[in-house]
Amino acid sequence: MAKTLREVAEKAQAVSLVTVTIDGREVRVPEGVTILEACRMEGIHVPTLCYLEGLSAWGGCRICMVEVEGQPNLVASCVTPVREGMKIWTSSKKVREARKTNLELLLSNHPLDCQLCDRNGSCELQELAYQFGVREIRFQGERKVYEVDQSSPSVKRDPNRCILCGRCVRTCREIQTVCAIDFANRGFDTVISPSLGLPLGESVCVNCGQCILACPTGALSEVSHVEMVWEAINDPEKFVILQTAPAIRVSIGEPFGLPPGTVTTGKMVAAFRRLGFDRVFDTNFAADLTIIEEGHEFIARLKQGGKLPLITSCSPGWIKFMEHFYPELMENVSTCKSPQQMFGAVAKTYYAQKLGIDPKDMVVVSIMPCTAKKFECQRDEMCASGFRDVDFSLTTREAARMLKEKGIDLKEMPEEDFDDPLGISTGAAAVFGATGGVMEAALRSVYEILTGKTLERLDFYSVRGMDGVKEATVDINGMEVHVAVAHGLGNARKVLDQVKAGRSKYHFIEIMACPGGCIGGGGQPIPTNLEIRMKRIEAIYQVDRSLPLRKSHENPAVQRLYEEFLGEPNGERAHHLLHTHYVPRERM
Amino acid sequence: MNTPFVYQDIEEILSRYEKEETPLLCILEDIQEKWGYLPRDVLGYVARRLGIPSSTVYGVATFYAFLEVRPVGKYVIRVCKSTPCHVRGATDVLEALKRELGIREGETTKDGKFTLEVTSCLGVCGVAPAMMVNDVTYGNLTEERIREILALYRE
Amino acid sequence: MFYRAHVLVEMTSSSVALGAAQVKEQLEREIARAGLGNEVKVLETGSFGAALPSPFVVVYPDNVIYAPVSVRDVRRIVEEHLLKGRVVRELLFAGERGGGVATFIPPSPLKKEKRVVLRNSGLIDPLNIEEYIARDGYLALAKVLTEMTPEEVIEVVKRSGLQGRGGAGFPTGLKWEFTRKAEGEEKYIVCNADEGEPGTFKDRLILEGDPHSVLEAMAIAGYAVGANQGYIYVRAEYPQSIRHLEVAIAQAKERGLLGERILGTSFSFDVKIRRGAGAYVCGEETALLESIEGKRGEPRVKPPYPPQKGLWGKPTVINNVETLANIPPIILNGPDWFRSIGTPTCPGTKVFTLTGNVNNLGLVEVPMGITLRELVFEIGGGIRGGHGLKLVQTGGPSGGTMTPDLLDVPMAFDTLPRYNSALGSGALTVIDDTHCIVDIVKNFAEFFLHESCGKCTPCRVGGKRIVDILERISAGAGSPEDLEKLRYLGQHMKATAFCGLGQAAPNPLLRCLEFFREEFEVHVREKCCPQGVCTMRPKPQPKKTVRV
Repeated sequence: MAKTLREVAEKAQAVSLVTVTIDGREVRVPEGVTILEACRMEGIHVPTLCYLEGLSAWGGCRICMVEVEGQPNLVASCVTPVREGMKIWTSSKKVREARKTNLELLLSNHPLDCQLCDRNGSCELQELAYQFGVREIRFQGERKVYEVDQSSPSVKRDPNRCILCGRCVRTCREIQTVCAIDFANRGFDTVISPSLGLPLGESVCVNCGQCILACPTGALSEVSHVEMVWEAINDPEKFVILQTAPAIRVSIGEPFGLPPGTVTTGKMVAAFRRLGFDRVFDTNFAADLTIIEEGHEFIARLKQGGKLPLITSCSPGWIKFMEHFYPELMENVSTCKSPQQMFGAVAKTYYAQKLGIDPKDMVVVSIMPCTAKKFECQRDEMCASGFRDVDFSLTTREAARMLKEKGIDLKEMPEEDFDDPLGISTGAAAVFGATGGVMEAALRSVYEILTGKTLERLDFYSVRGMDGVKEATVDINGMEVHVAVAHGLGNARKVLDQVKAGRSKYHFIEIMACPGGCIGGGGQPIPTNLEIRMKRIEAIYQVDRSLPLRKSHENPAVQRLYEEFLGEPNGERAHHLLHTHYVPRERM
Repeated sequence: MNTPFVYQDIEEILSRYEKEETPLLCILEDIQEKWGYLPRDVLGYVARRLGIPSSTVYGVATFYAFLEVRPVGKYVIRVCKSTPCHVRGATDVLEALKRELGIREGETTKDGKFTLEVTSCLGVCGVAPAMMVNDVTYGNLTEERIREILALYRE
Repeated sequence: MFYRAHVLVEMTSSSVALGAAQVKEQLEREIARAGLGNEVKVLETGSFGAALPSPFVVVYPDNVIYAPVSVRDVRRIVEEHLLKGRVVRELLFAGERGGGVATFIPPSPLKKEKRVVLRNSGLIDPLNIEEYIARDGYLALAKVLTEMTPEEVIEVVKRSGLQGRGGAGFPTGLKWEFTRKAEGEEKYIVCNADEGEPGTFKDRLILEGDPHSVLEAMAIAGYAVGANQGYIYVRAEYPQSIRHLEVAIAQAKERGLLGERILGTSFSFDVKIRRGAGAYVCGEETALLESIEGKRGEPRVKPPYPPQKGLWGKPTVINNVETLANIPPIILNGPDWFRSIGTPTCPGTKVFTLTGNVNNLGLVEVPMGITLRELVFEIGGGIRGGHGLKLVQTGGPSGGTMTPDLLDVPMAFDTLPRYNSALGSGALTVIDDTHCIVDIVKNFAEFFLHESCGKCTPCRVGGKRIVDILERISAGAGSPEDLEKLRYLGQHMKATAFCGLGQAAPNPLLRCLEFFREEFEVHVREKCCPQGVCTMRPKPQPKKTVRV
């Protein structure tokens, strides 16, 4: 918010200003902004529920009401543009009563059992009820009772907790262009419903979980694996291995009160070790491995005239999106499994052998910024080791909750290192967590492998940052290699439609389902907004810069893995364990 | 539902609105007119053909009182409950219909013949109390007239 | 072919609901049986309003009205009147019975009546464009296209002082001007025929009785604002209106009065019909646009208003059926003529629909400024069954509540708001004093609950809580605080609902709480219903003291 508002304010030099009076203070604001935006520029954070930055304004919750002199009724500040001379009151008696009453009305059709809710403590409805001093619900009456939808492997829907703000609907439609959910029925019977009234698990939902981040209440949350993980940890027969995704180390501090963008790698390792995992490993190891496999796949397609552009395959939300909406591009998508799945396959084969334990006694748990990873690890084809390659996948939020349950304060932890050998990684793997990272990591390796020369400048700035679609051209041995990066599925569509139409010049495309890449994933701490996403991205590049090795092909543990076990990149064993295939799915 | 036959008919309906910019509601109305309700598969088919998300199509289909996403009886009886009918005995009309049909509001008779629904004003307040059976309107209803009208449809 | 007689049968939704179609069929059968097939023709016509009970049959050129006519009466009319030339006196319209043969052509049976928008209804066959043309139909369009600039047309409409007849009363000329001045190549004219206000059916009778008057007006509007495409959004409950419009559009196109290069000018205008699907909220103009766009009928954020961004984001005029039907006479007779009707601040006529507990049900067109007393007691013939008047709801549940103390207030857009009431669509639902106010207000509230789109909190949940409280009160479980809660919620909804409908919904509740305070209080204090309507026990009769 702050950033965009600053931008607006900066632009204000160029646009004309209007004078409005907010609570008796005359201020100059850019023409065309809403009353809500004008108030925020003046430091008054008008409370909202259905409004969410980055989405179209809806105006339905009626919490952001303000009084405008001369207007008989209150107005919703989120949808009302300022006008010259407007006199706005944001906390008059009328305004306060109206806001509180609408909140009470919402609460009158909402369970009042905050203790039993996933969002206890991070619920906007709860927070507003506290701020407004709601102590009783004056308007009692019938409350709707709905079945909880647990059909999806990733996202749980509890319509009883839904306040019909539509933020999930707009996120799914406007940001992700998946449109898995929409309003159904009308009046008091209105609900948010997946496609055709089916359970979410049977819909086109790609499990990205962006709706969970958008939801102000506990109506949407992840399907929890917490209990299964505790059970595994407490089972003496099981050897429980943890892998943590690149984006976790820059976000897991937030639930413990650390500012967004704090790098907590060492403390995080120490904390999870104390939680009871037998080994704490790093998905980043598998990210380096992914670059070797995917890099060689790209080189092979480039040299042998294979299907181009090659499109990355690390993001399981994007993969399901492709299977539903772009099955014709299936052959363009890399056959490489995601780092999570590569890790599982290697752990239950190579590492189990090394350790001399039976892979059936091994449990692989991942901590991911992602809800789609829960779906991915349950896909039929993800058992190359002969077992479920990854047994359970926790979101950042679930992992933080487990630590808190045990009484571990991440802030207080000492700095510790990942275990050997699946804990060794490079800066190239670190940047996987941010949009453009996979592309940058791949370019660092592909360039050096193809040219045999050392890259002088490792930073590919043009593929970094929050622009929806980024592109770059790299000169490799005199050949211009065109690459593109898209994050958020709405942005992905722009690039994919070009490819589909045969108008794309690209050789290599990175797609991440979530805005900002994994640091903005649906499993990340709440809130996750533009500002926080940018801070996490800064932290990701800080991790990259701080590491001694910054190119995947220089990872000694990965090199040893090929020598001792896999053989050649893209070789037979590598292919069996580290590559996969896709299935076209219904578009409806 | 017999698949190939039905989809041919839906194609015919779709072709009526080829030149229309936003024909979804028209198409749903025509389909409902033909089959009495909007089967889920048909909604999915229409969504794909129009390139509209099926969640959106479902949202539209469930918004309007005259569109049904569940099977209904051969004859849908809509009893007006708005004030002009209410003050001329609509409650008695509704009770009589419930008694005659042995069902409550929103239900369908076991033989699949009648569905009973209440509706807002039908715009024939001059002959209140009134009801519609499919698209035929009946006014000045009394218990006796209701029995006569039902007899017409029971044959 | 020359026919010696024409028999007109009223074919409107109301009359069909009372068997008009069967009467027409029977007439055709009996006429054929009597061998009169080549001499007598059966035609359909629109409603004649509150003046005549439905269904009526008129025999031309004799100007004889039979009303109401049942299938059983048909044979006698054919055998006696058509075959033998003898008027069947017992079947004559009651108002004329004993008074000799009726004169059908105006002067109308109702003295106060002034027909502008209903000028043709009941007099012409709406399915025959010739009859419309014979009564100066499409003359206004011809005049506009050949003699006037678009600006001049808008000026005439502005000067006439015509206000939107859908309920809001916004000046029509201004709406047209805004749309004309809005930037955009493509513009649209939308006719709002989603008449959903309970108690209102004027638009239906206009569309059924005189569809061309609306089509002609839409073309004039199109010329004035620079639009070439019109849409009529008709509610699903009006299949007959849709049928008549379809025929009328086809006939007008055939005649070159709609379509490409109308009357040989460079102006083209086409009209398409869009059918609603049962959603009151689509009467709200932006919800209506959403519905035409194939979406859920949820109102849009305003501004922008439709004249700037309407259908598919293009500048759009949205006019009510009755508003449009006023346009051709205004063009032909001039704004001063229009201003001579009605009141200085609210010129013209208004079509009122009389419904509820009144003797004569139906519609009537009268000059603005008429009083409710005249409408209910003169035209409406008073309260049915000799009961007293409790209230008259004007403009449906979202309009105004007129209590007996307001019977002499002139009815116009600008007068009623002074009494916390509103003219609205012109629906008049008369409620007699046997009814319980809690039950009536609950009926209004249930209507809004059923029709709320669900978008905004105050209407979706607040509307539900109002019904919950009223149910509690009517079940004898209400408390005095409930009355305050009702008042509070009503005012809250008014102040914070998203659209005009949600803001207007609590009007009758608030007004009735004030005026019928005592009756509400008896419900919550004594837990009984004075009228014996609510499900709780009736009010006990005061015990007589017995002296020994």
